[in-house]
Amino acid sequence: MIVQRLINWSLRGYVLLLFVFIFSPILFSVVFSFNSARFPTIPLESFTLHWYKTIWNDPDVWTAARNSLIVSACTSVLATFLGFCTAYSDYRYNFRFKSAYLALVLLPPTIPLIIMALAMLAWFSKIGASGQLWSIIIAHSVLTAPFAMAIIRLRLNQMDKDLESAAWNLGASEWRTMREVILPFCKPAIISALFLTAAVSFDEFAIAWFVSGLNKTIPVLILEIVQGNIDPQVNAIGTFVFLVSMTLVIVAQIFFTLRAGKMMS
Amino acid sequence: MTSPLVTFDGVVKRFGDFTAVQRLDLTIDAGEFVAIMGPSGCGKTTTLRMLAGLDQPSEGTIHIDGQLMNNVGPHKRDTPLVWQSLALFPFLNARENVEFGLKMRNQGAKERRDKAMDWLERLGVAEFSERNVETLSGGQRQRVALARSLVTEPRLLLLDEPLSALDAHLVIRMQSVLTRLQRELGITFVYVTHSQSEAFAMADRVVIMSNGEIAQVGLPRDIYREPANQFVAEFVGRNNIIIGNITGNENGNLAIQAPDGLFTVTDYERVKNVNDEATFVIAADLVTVSRTPAESENTVSCTLISEEFIGSVVTLFLETKQGTEFKVQLQERELITLDHTAGGAFYLSWKTADAHLLPG
Repeated sequence: MIVQRLINWSLRGYVLLLFVFIFSPILFSVVFSFNSARFPTIPLESFTLHWYKTIWNDPDVWTAARNSLIVSACTSVLATFLGFCTAYSDYRYNFRFKSAYLALVLLPPTIPLIIMALAMLAWFSKIGASGQLWSIIIAHSVLTAPFAMAIIRLRLNQMDKDLESAAWNLGASEWRTMREVILPFCKPAIISALFLTAAVSFDEFAIAWFVSGLNKTIPVLILEIVQGNIDPQVNAIGTFVFLVSMTLVIVAQIFFTLRAGKMMS
Repeated sequence: MTSPLVTFDGVVKRFGDFTAVQRLDLTIDAGEFVAIMGPSGCGKTTTLRMLAGLDQPSEGTIHIDGQLMNNVGPHKRDTPLVWQSLALFPFLNARENVEFGLKMRNQGAKERRDKAMDWLERLGVAEFSERNVETLSGGQRQRVALARSLVTEPRLLLLDEPLSALDAHLVIRMQSVLTRLQRELGITFVYVTHSQSEAFAMADRVVIMSNGEIAQVGLPRDIYREPANQFVAEFVGRNNIIIGNITGNENGNLAIQAPDGLFTVTDYERVKNVNDEATFVIAADLVTVSRTPAESENTVSCTLISEEFIGSVVTLFLETKQGTEFKVQLQERELITLDHTAGGAFYLSWKTADAHLLPG
């Protein structure tokens, strides 16, 4: 009895420590973004919005933010579309070498980012497509499509095998079935995939840094600022990026679990 | 003379090396309630799926209403199916599920709604029209699925074990709903099931399938009392099957020598000769059991092995000295006079007229 309680409490403590370990650096960054001192030292000086005003008035930050938003929005649509197509082809068809096909599709996230980034850069300059905003979009779509596929595939596996046939049986053509049955059924997973791939793309640095050329995204801009000198602006931008990413991930998670919970009951 | 609504002509269906249906010839008339029955893997569901166009025959032809249906896609046929899993669309409410077929036929919103509500009303589930189908009970979902299939007013309705997921008391209720609907609408039902009670209770005609072939087609009573072969005799009802050699033939009255004795069976068709092997069947409910040797031309003595009590009817399982098993069905109240728990010998007997000789 006492042993059981001891184990329970130590497990809780462990989880708590884990969260502290993960979130305290971010928390510090948020705290220092409101601190008037130039260097991140304790004790804190006075509260200020100065750093936020600086980035607000910096056109570079605005351009980078715009670039990041365009890239993550386009990436999420493209990657989710690709992910849906591969997930559906896996659900619907059986063919030779299907496991090889699936392994290939899921491969990109397992390649070290730096290798992938270099390869992308080499490839894009070869075909004369480097340094464009859409080259980042393509590269990010390759990276994030497997996540979208995994999420949508999970949902499709919950679908009653007869549902599609039932739609045909009631007079729906294959395309109509896709529109009236498959897409509505996958809707929560598709929305979740849109948000998740947007979040991954929004944060991604390595590929963006290699491929972007003059079209800097926010993570690339942050690095450039940090390289120059110590500037608490970074904390302000970081806080903003953290908020955007967390929001995207949380929304994705809500859509995903909401539906799963409904299925259980 | 009307032409049949459905004709299977030499239909074969293969999946790779496996032959699911081999040489199926069957006609179904308009307005008939046909049940296709058989153990799992007998090809009954494949037969139904071919009617719906979900599988295409490997050989042979299928005509519906005089039209060749081979290679007509499922969405171009008017053959709605009631699925074993029901396959209701979980993201639509009950009414929207029923409207689905009408929407695919591009009917207007108002018309769709009216028709859907009408059918939900007819099946007694109108009050749940706006409910998510996942929140409905099994019986309610069943009715929504039926409404969804019937709303387009098809001439042919296919049903694939639609009652197998329901509680026993609901099955009986849905059986009467189905037969009533079929009579009122006058449409053709093709009903696939492994359940003898469902098939016999509802169907005008029963098709028994085994290993992808038709074992027997006939009225429920004929199949029950006059099985065409040993498979049907074993699959349907509770039959005692006796195999022996014909030792005498007197105007079609055969004397059959079996391990357990000499029995008499009438060969109405006059197909058997002396020295042929013969198999005959005596239904468990037509056997009389007593504690004293019976005065009858067909009698065996047995010992009791076990009993199965399912309410008003009891089945006794007995064994002869030769190890042949006999099944006897009798009313529960008849059991008391038998003093069946006391052990000792039981004497079984039956009338010659009740024994059924298997042809072939």
